[in-house]
Amino acid sequence: MIEIGFLKKENLQAFLKELAAKYTVYAPFAEEDIVSFKPLAEGRDICLDRPANLSPKSVIFPQYETLFKYSFLKKEDSPDKVDIKLEEQMDFKDTVIFGARPCDAKGFTVYDRVYKDSDIPDPYYTGRREKTVIIGLACPAPSPGCFCVSVGGGPADKEGSDILITELPSGYVFEPVTEKGKALMQSSLIEDGKASLQEAQKKQEETKNKVKNPFTKTGKPEISQKIFNEDEFWEQALSKCVSCAACTFLCPTCYCFNITDESRLKEGERIRSWDACMFFHFTLEASGHNPRPTKFHRFKNRVGHKFVYYPEKYNGVIACCGCGRCIRYCPVSVDISKVVDDLCEQSAETNLTSNGGKA
Amino acid sequence: MSMEMLRDVVKNVLSEVDVVIGYTEGFDKVHATPLFINTPEQVDRLIWSPICVHNLTTYLPSLKKKVGIIVKGCDSRTIVQYMQEGLINRENIKIIGIPCSGVISVKKLTKAVDYANIEDISFEKDGKINVTTDKGQKTLALTDVQPDKCRTCQYPTPVIYDHLIGDPISSDKPKESVYEDIVEFDKMTLEEKLNYWLKEFDRCIRCYACRNACPMCICQDSCIAETREPHWISQRLTTQEKLMFHMIHAVHLAGRCVECGECERVCPMGIPVNKLKRKINMDMKDLFDYEPGVNPDDKPPMYTFNVDELKIKEHKIG
Repeated sequence: MIEIGFLKKENLQAFLKELAAKYTVYAPFAEEDIVSFKPLAEGRDICLDRPANLSPKSVIFPQYETLFKYSFLKKEDSPDKVDIKLEEQMDFKDTVIFGARPCDAKGFTVYDRVYKDSDIPDPYYTGRREKTVIIGLACPAPSPGCFCVSVGGGPADKEGSDILITELPSGYVFEPVTEKGKALMQSSLIEDGKASLQEAQKKQEETKNKVKNPFTKTGKPEISQKIFNEDEFWEQALSKCVSCAACTFLCPTCYCFNITDESRLKEGERIRSWDACMFFHFTLEASGHNPRPTKFHRFKNRVGHKFVYYPEKYNGVIACCGCGRCIRYCPVSVDISKVVDDLCEQSAETNLTSNGGKA
Repeated sequence: MSMEMLRDVVKNVLSEVDVVIGYTEGFDKVHATPLFINTPEQVDRLIWSPICVHNLTTYLPSLKKKVGIIVKGCDSRTIVQYMQEGLINRENIKIIGIPCSGVISVKKLTKAVDYANIEDISFEKDGKINVTTDKGQKTLALTDVQPDKCRTCQYPTPVIYDHLIGDPISSDKPKESVYEDIVEFDKMTLEEKLNYWLKEFDRCIRCYACRNACPMCICQDSCIAETREPHWISQRLTTQEKLMFHMIHAVHLAGRCVECGECERVCPMGIPVNKLKRKINMDMKDLFDYEPGVNPDDKPPMYTFNVDELKIKEHKIG
């Protein structure tokens, strides 16, 4: 039994093919300059040198899925009555996600607490999650806007991964994290990698030292309740937000969804699709009342959910993995790490004196 | 133009309005971010350079205040269009125009440096850009990393303004070049075009960044993409549904799109959505000899009609 594995670069394709015989293998592929996780296919080249634009969250938590199909049937014995026929849609395949960055992998652990390890597990999420093995790739370099180390993660953080691999010039060092991961290391292509572990760890450490910490005061996102509840703060900080869902849909930890019935005459599907708290409709009530009528209320909720409410509920765990996507791809460069930093007590005082306002 | 002059003008304008919208530094050296200025002290945070890409006028219709706004030539056309459509009260807006010799496309720039992390960037007067990345230095030409709209820009100087910072620049791009790429694209067969769009829209994640950043998308919270009554588009993420949304978006902008390119710039999935709108604009120009956002007294063709449209034969009686 190999404890630490090593896969030569020239064997990567063969290894993935081997996995594909038993699993649906998702890996990051570039198409028209956009990197996203797609099933392995001929002619696609894996792109591991930069983080994917889209996190792999849709593999386990699809952007839309059919929960069940329904149809209305007339009762044969009494045609004036209607029966409803329901068909469950729960067919989950054995899946491998290859090359998720540690931030992406950590994202799934944020969902796990809510959908898998809660009192009422979500069968769709749990079904896929349990059949998925995640091979994380230690991040080779930080990207603009990312800050994993200051929200409890790191470029080689193992949380969420079943195996963590680290790229070296000649190949990949495999560090198994879970039993599920160990099982994948049975391949004959994986050699003993003990000799390379030290080099891999050195590389991991080097990257870790390069990741920025945007929380300038205490190094941690410690939000002041007082500022958090000032409407004026949000109006100042978020005037530029255009209230789209780029941030939430690209986020590896955003897990809110909508449920709609998509019907056609006598049949239809109940589907679940991603929703975004940045949309006006997210909290619009049937009465017409909307408790979060403005983008300021909505962004406050987004920050609150990740940095206040979730940690309150789950032992201080922050529901942000610091991947930086919401910052990099925001149409107007709203920087959530800056907003949170401004929400920290000391930093806000500094702002008040230098700016006359909280910018 | 000088930064000092810009700051002075903004300070003056600020005394007449509630807020001035300009640009400041974003989270890194290639991203600017909109700056809402409420106090004179904030004026010092203003910047102006080819990274000031956003069309800030998108905020105007929803701001029920007196607003000062910094515009480039292309952005200024939005204000003219707003005026034609009665979406703003011109008296409440103070326009600070800046003649622009082109902005950058962050997508093109990051690709040009092979996705290396950009640590610093500087712009030379001769149109060269010096980029420092974690992998070394690179010198690029601004023209190589500009958004497509700059390559054929007809309005480098704002078409409407109260204050102009710097000397006007006139366009050196031939008028015929504006839709050259669309004419070329149109040569594909219908099937080829359909396949092109199916492939592009397959990537769409329906985040609606294109819609929300669009200054002329005024339905906003009542957008057909999300309404259940009428229920034209389902919440399924099929390419068909995405195509439907983008077609509605494009047709809704017929003869209204000022081609600022924000929809395409903000798309996190790199979909060339502006192409659809420009194709329609090209046809609108051809049919009605109308160009959006140029003359405040114009009437958008879809807001009016002539009994005899010169170029629409079907409408002629007899």
